[in-house]
Amino acid sequence: MRVPPTRKGSCLWHAAPVSEPAASDPSVPCFEFVEVSLHAPGGETILSGVDACVASGGITVLVGPSGSGKSTLLRLCNRLEVPTGGRVHFRGGDVADLDPLAHRRRVGMVFQRPTLFAGSVRDNLLVAAPQGTEADFRAVLERVVLDGSFLDRTADDLSGGEAQRACIARALLTEPEVLLMDEATSALDPDARRAIERLALDLVTGGLTLLWVTHDLEQVRRLIGDQTERVLVVLDGRVAAPNEKAAFLAARDDDPAPD
Amino acid sequence: MESASSIGWGGLVASLTLVVVALVVSWRMKLGLERSMVWSCARAGVQLLLTGWALTLVLEPDASIAWAWAWVVGMVIVAALTVRNRAGDVPSILPLALIATATVGAVSLGVIFGFHIFPVEARTVIPLAGMMIGNSMTSVVVAARRVTGELSDKRLEVEARLALGLSWKEASRPYLREAMRTAMIPQIESTKAVGLVFLPGAMTGLILAGVSPVDAVQVQLAIMYLILGSVATSVTVVAVGLTRQLFTDDSRLVRLVRV
Repeated sequence: MRVPPTRKGSCLWHAAPVSEPAASDPSVPCFEFVEVSLHAPGGETILSGVDACVASGGITVLVGPSGSGKSTLLRLCNRLEVPTGGRVHFRGGDVADLDPLAHRRRVGMVFQRPTLFAGSVRDNLLVAAPQGTEADFRAVLERVVLDGSFLDRTADDLSGGEAQRACIARALLTEPEVLLMDEATSALDPDARRAIERLALDLVTGGLTLLWVTHDLEQVRRLIGDQTERVLVVLDGRVAAPNEKAAFLAARDDDPAPD
Repeated sequence: MESASSIGWGGLVASLTLVVVALVVSWRMKLGLERSMVWSCARAGVQLLLTGWALTLVLEPDASIAWAWAWVVGMVIVAALTVRNRAGDVPSILPLALIATATVGAVSLGVIFGFHIFPVEARTVIPLAGMMIGNSMTSVVVAARRVTGELSDKRLEVEARLALGLSWKEASRPYLREAMRTAMIPQIESTKAVGLVFLPGAMTGLILAGVSPVDAVQVQLAIMYLILGSVATSVTVVAVGLTRQLFTDDSRLVRLVRV
């Protein structure tokens, strides 16, 4: 039986009571946060009353000042955090009902600092894909614009940008539908930063959905231009309402974030 | 008349000569250690004299061996409390330390008396249990601190593994391994070096009491091997138990205070 779509907040949501989320239906939002709150064990409020949607396909940016809760919101998406109140949905299904390990293979993550494990790049790729072949590894390195010779190199041997690209390759080996980028370029020099941004846009063109967290407004412009509907502004543990969002984006215009 | 196993109060006082030398050195070189040296000698004196007096009662020929076992239970509890005090802010450390020291006590004494290595009497139960539990205590503290240290220092790496869809067991394995190695290596090194530079306490005591060196060496070796096994057991119990405590059922790493 087809359930008619409902509008909740900013989401047009085609409610599909399925236990396995619909993998390829683009009308289903990728992520939906329903009255999500998160309190630290000490009682501190990190997120409160978050209602928001992230569309399937393309790149969505979460921007806000340091400590606003945007990374925490991202980590709810791959269940590295769980909400203390409310629900997080992935393609219509509650994340809490999914197998966490399988979910994390579908929703990959790249962290703020390049987190290569001890050993060579090949050893890192083997962690993600223990049955992977040399051909698989070379192919994924090609996607991140690293050549095959990088397989034998170790983390100390790589620049920040190369290391982060190796981490992206490692995340891509689980064949995720979504990639979460948690301030993935903030530890890099400007050239490396631009290179990763270009790589991200290429991955999106190739069909990946990207959720990108940053505090850098210039970077937001480079990634999504003026499609502000692709931006979620996070302030003090909440997603900003449209007027606050416009004010935030406009105010920072006069005071550009240093690169 | 001097006897090797009884030095009398005069002998004890004479041995303080070197402590006086140490005090003079500290005073002349302005090390500021005089107070802690005096305090530690005084504490050791009081503690050992009280222990000696209590042991006299327990080791009386007609005292029930139940007192010796009660003493062992006391040692297990005190050892666990000492671990809790030294290990810092480690979650659930007291129950884990209790399980570890109790396991060490049970396993090592089980082997010692099960294989009739020593006869079961108060005179053997207390000192042997003391050596097994006491030596394990230091390694348990190291294991607890290293597990929390590794998992908190390398938090991003651990989460990167979790984000690839690894279970908490798979994700923690390299760090658990490293912590266990760090905790066990000192005991392995002491076992290696025994007899080369210093003669260990049990053997020295036996020789001083007139036992033949070969017999004394056999006893000492047995004790070293048993201690090595006890250290391995207690480190495993604490390290594995603690790692489990530090992850949730859905494979998330709990927030850790850096110890």
